[in-house]
Amino acid sequence: MVKTILDELIEANEFLLPGNTACPGCGSTLALRYVLKALGKNTVLVIPASCSSVYQAIYPKVSFKVITYNVAFASAAALASGVKQALVKKGYDNVNVAVWGGDGGLIDIGAATVSGAAERNEDIFVFVYDNEAYMNTGIQRSGSTPPGARTTTTPLGKIVGFKKPMSFLMLLHGVPYVATASIAYPTDLYEKVKRAKDVKGFKFIHIFSPCPPGWRFDDSKTIEVARLAVETGYWILWEGGYRDGKINLTLSPPSRPYKDPSKRKPLEEFLKYQGRFRGFDERSLKKLRDWIEYQWNFINSFT
Amino acid sequence: MSEIPDNHLILPISKPTKGAGGKTGSWRVFRPVILEDKCIKCMMCWMYCPEAAIEAHSRNEVPKINYDYCKGCLVCKEVCPVSAIKSEREGE
Amino acid sequence: METYDVITGNDAVAWGARLSRVEVIAAYPITPQTTIVEKLAEWVDKGEIDARYIAVESEHSAMSAAMGASAAGARAFTATSSQGFLYMFEMISWAAGARTPVVMAVVNRALGPPWNIWSEHTDALMARDTGWIQFWASNNQEALDSIIQAYRVAEDKKVILPAMVMLGGFVLSHTAMPVRIHDQDKVDQYLPPYSPPHYVLNPKLSEPFAYGNILFPWDYAKVRLSIQRAMENSVDVIKKAAREFQEIFGIWHGDLIKEAYTDNAEMLIFALGAVAEQAEATAELLRKKGYKVGVVKVRVTRPFPKHEIAKLANKVSRIIVIDRDISFGWDGILAGEIKATLHEHNVDTPVTTKIMGIGGDDILPDHIEKAVKEVYNK
Repeated sequence: MVKTILDELIEANEFLLPGNTACPGCGSTLALRYVLKALGKNTVLVIPASCSSVYQAIYPKVSFKVITYNVAFASAAALASGVKQALVKKGYDNVNVAVWGGDGGLIDIGAATVSGAAERNEDIFVFVYDNEAYMNTGIQRSGSTPPGARTTTTPLGKIVGFKKPMSFLMLLHGVPYVATASIAYPTDLYEKVKRAKDVKGFKFIHIFSPCPPGWRFDDSKTIEVARLAVETGYWILWEGGYRDGKINLTLSPPSRPYKDPSKRKPLEEFLKYQGRFRGFDERSLKKLRDWIEYQWNFINSFT
Repeated sequence: MSEIPDNHLILPISKPTKGAGGKTGSWRVFRPVILEDKCIKCMMCWMYCPEAAIEAHSRNEVPKINYDYCKGCLVCKEVCPVSAIKSEREGE
Repeated sequence: METYDVITGNDAVAWGARLSRVEVIAAYPITPQTTIVEKLAEWVDKGEIDARYIAVESEHSAMSAAMGASAAGARAFTATSSQGFLYMFEMISWAAGARTPVVMAVVNRALGPPWNIWSEHTDALMARDTGWIQFWASNNQEALDSIIQAYRVAEDKKVILPAMVMLGGFVLSHTAMPVRIHDQDKVDQYLPPYSPPHYVLNPKLSEPFAYGNILFPWDYAKVRLSIQRAMENSVDVIKKAAREFQEIFGIWHGDLIKEAYTDNAEMLIFALGAVAEQAEATAELLRKKGYKVGVVKVRVTRPFPKHEIAKLANKVSRIIVIDRDISFGWDGILAGEIKATLHEHNVDTPVTTKIMGIGGDDILPDHIEKAVKEVYNK
């Protein structure tokens, strides 16, 4: 029998242990399963304040089977830089040093630190699981919250601001590897992390990770919501990076059909499951469509 | 109160443990049940379990749900392409 | 080979880091610290020292990178001043809790606004409660030597806490003085390579673990209390480190304190760093004029040398504390610490605070003499 990617995934060790303290239906733990399957045991995770600092469970136990270092909110990418540089100095060149955090920690408060590490092209991974708000503190808006979404600090829906296009910003830093991924496509995520492992330098992987309590949808719908984000063109899967004076970008297979707007499902399909978009008005809808348009235009300019 | 320790290097170091957050199966309201006769061993339920609470060792076996830890989110039921997972209310 | 040179305090600090064989340097510029990391950059680029140099984008990141490097088993160094110190404050506290024995030079500078780049001690004194060991250098030789001693203390298995070494902005940082640059072999003998006894972020050396996930209050309290125990242990470790330094290098900067002219003194001046050095010079003059004045350089402010200070204070009838710093709404910061110490030890010697040299105003022997005479003749 030919060994498929699924066989490989089944064989790969599980580094997320069951019986953690994540919410039922958590997108982030699912993403972490595949990130760690791809990275393996030879990994140091650096985790800023986030849901992951809580769902790894409580001392003296932990639900992750790799070295895990819990650090202050805005420090993660710089701290990981120090870890990596020290390991290289000590002669351990091949350890995966990976920041694992949410959009609050890595797109808002820690964004400058991520940018600094990217500019220095530190040989680290930065994984953002993007659930589009500060979920651990109880659903407050972040720079990654989309227009129109209700959070406890945008009770009428996010009116001020867009969604910070962090993966584009990373790409423009000229780092060698940037990718987006989604928990609806675990093999795509797994393979991207595997490819990133072969890249020396800064690797940024931005993972779309729906949050049932934060987005107000049923626990069982996590995958469906994530898939609809891709099928409506709201979240686009791609990978790219800088090489030889040029930024390369390719659409990943799950997103390829949606380059053609007529193939995309109506945006309302994505919105309808989510309580955070309840009372969504035309203005917000327009802003969200503009955001989608902007993303595709940006991506199409490279492809 | 236990005794105040006299150690200068007490570290907040935790060890990897299954069930670090307890027997999270007790959170469950609905229990997913795999119908073995319907299962096509596509492994989708295993693949999408956010808890890593579905065990699979090869594609020749029907995956097994670890009810000690399954939180009952029912993602597995949603992603099953052949409706081989049903849900039952706990305690009924 | 031992050499002598006339160098600034900042170059002396850089030499201290170089001789300590630092392995990772995190660098961010701020006046008057900048020339420390510039000197180190020059040496790294020329291949004179074998260290990884991370030019980070902020002081917050400088401390993050330094403590990350330390946690992965390397000897890490950084340096800052004033606003930079405050900007990294979160990570200063974190580095102590993470038990990463980073050494940092703090070139003391006044805080804004208004902008002021000159010497004042308020910056570093704000970190008294973070769990860092605090050394104060009173001259450039001491700046160099204190960096080496700081690593020795910080990395001691009975301690494992970060340490900061303070030197006055411009007064020391940019003032050249004769400094002995020690023989590397002797420094190696004094300071062995860092070998973390507690944990290391290296999957090749360690089985998986997590550091610092959530603890409930009682466990948390035990962890934090152990920092206090380490501080208590550090008292003897600092004394031993100073003694052995003297044995190997023949230089005595004091241990937690350094006394000058304290024999049969009727009055003591307490001060930090270069201010204490100036006080010592003034005391020499005053002694010639018949004033029985001694000086106690408080060389370490954490752990605070309570027993040593109380013992000396008990023998005199008056104390003056010169503070180049202030805790608004309270007192000079060192004076406040000394008053509390004397109370704890039932010493009732009156203490007078003199706040001088705020924002870098020169503290000249005349100023100290005037302050001393006011109290002495009371």
